[in-house]
Amino acid sequence: MAHKHEIKHGCGFHCIKMNNLGVTIGGDVILQDINLHVHCGSLTAVIGRNGAGKSTLLKCILGEIPHEGEIKFTDLKDGKTKKLKIGYVPQSLHIEKNSPISVYDLIAGYVTKFPVFLGKRKKVYDMVKEHLDVFQASDLIDKCVCDLSGGELQRVLLSLATMPVPNLLVLDEPAAGIDANGIKSFYDTLKLIKDKYDLAVILVSHDLEYVKEYADTVVLIDKTVLCQGTPEEVYESPEFNGVFGVNV
Amino acid sequence: MISEMLKYEFMKNAFLAVLVITPLFGLLGTVVVSKKMAFFSDALGHSALTGMGIGVLLGIADTDLSMALFGVAFALLLNFIKRKNVISNDTVISVFASLSTALGLVILSKGGNFSKYSGLLVGDILSISRKQVIIIAIVLAVTLIFWAVCFNSLHEISISESLAKSRGLNVKLYDNLFAILLALIVMLTIKWVGILIINALLIVPAAAARNLSSNEKEYHIFSVAIALFCGIMGLLLSYFINVAAGPMIVVFAAIIFFITLFVRPLLK
Repeated sequence: MAHKHEIKHGCGFHCIKMNNLGVTIGGDVILQDINLHVHCGSLTAVIGRNGAGKSTLLKCILGEIPHEGEIKFTDLKDGKTKKLKIGYVPQSLHIEKNSPISVYDLIAGYVTKFPVFLGKRKKVYDMVKEHLDVFQASDLIDKCVCDLSGGELQRVLLSLATMPVPNLLVLDEPAAGIDANGIKSFYDTLKLIKDKYDLAVILVSHDLEYVKEYADTVVLIDKTVLCQGTPEEVYESPEFNGVFGVNV
Repeated sequence: MISEMLKYEFMKNAFLAVLVITPLFGLLGTVVVSKKMAFFSDALGHSALTGMGIGVLLGIADTDLSMALFGVAFALLLNFIKRKNVISNDTVISVFASLSTALGLVILSKGGNFSKYSGLLVGDILSISRKQVIIIAIVLAVTLIFWAVCFNSLHEISISESLAKSRGLNVKLYDNLFAILLALIVMLTIKWVGILIINALLIVPAAAARNLSSNEKEYHIFSVAIALFCGIMGLLLSYFINVAAGPMIVVFAAIIFFITLFVRPLLK
């Protein structure tokens, strides 16, 4: 049970190591001494109280804010360090109600050089549609992004984040805008990605029940790592009780 | 009647000018609106006063140069402060817009001479020369090339900066490139379009196009078409009822905007 992720999918030979990550903003220590190892084929959930630094940790991984420490991506087969490709799924997009952006525009704009204002290009259109199909979202391709529901938008953003397939998929409270029925199907989709592609997943989440069911590793943070391990190990730890009060 | 109008050389030039300036503004407006830069471009227009003032002060014969240089510096400074993220962005822009308007007025009104420059406020498209039209046509061509190369990047930034950054895009670079292009075009055309009107010409066609479009291609087609249509109609009407062309064009664009607002629910 303790090493669940090692027998998981993905090749398991890619390892992302975060050593001594720390963030100090204006003299305030937001994060310190964060050490994490993430393997491809595993889903790591970062949990913690509000203001514990979860989103800051993601920004740190995304390279949006300056930080101490290092993030290294190693191929264990040949021991070489490579450049880490990150796929990012933001919590939501702040797109106004009448924005003229179709799902095709959104994705094609990020993944191709062909200017999207010139319209659809058959080759790109087919490629995008085929990829959306993996997430049961191919029928959304001509819809306006601003008209999508929370769940539909997340599926589109997941498609985008996995085009091309990254080494690490980073999700910031991805289920925040989804209704109760949609959350389960969202986590099922995440599991599918993990099975289908050779990548590692890190997500920040408040859905403790789903984290327990779907995560391979759970990291409880409050400025630093309080406790990490399998969901069972973390959920039964005194640190978890200290933060969340009760056992879930 | 129109053929009679085009007999005049200045009307012919003004007509050609409208044919290049309005599509240029329709095109730029799409990104200005998507990136929520309406206030930014407004401030940029006002900064033309200071640009001209500096030119006059330094005794430069061609104030276009001082306006262009000041405009670019102003745009880059606004971007720089925006990135510092210390105070609210619209507050910063407002302060700088006020300052550059006031400073320009202070310099240009020295010795009670402002009336000499007041034409800059409303603009006069009828005074454009053939050579200047050709220059703007070249700028339009350059802008189209810029669009072909950089549009996707600007599109990425306008949707989500963090998403764009996570995919390795140099957000700052493209932000600045667009600001420079916008500053140069605003300063190049402001004499013909006018400080009070230039932002409307930039924003209104794109805003109207948004009401009609569901993707980027439609957005661009509608924005350019509406700008062009309003430009031609505005110029013709201004000739026949003898009013200033720039404001007439904007009145047309605003009417189209309200029509699209009512048509929108029928389309979606």
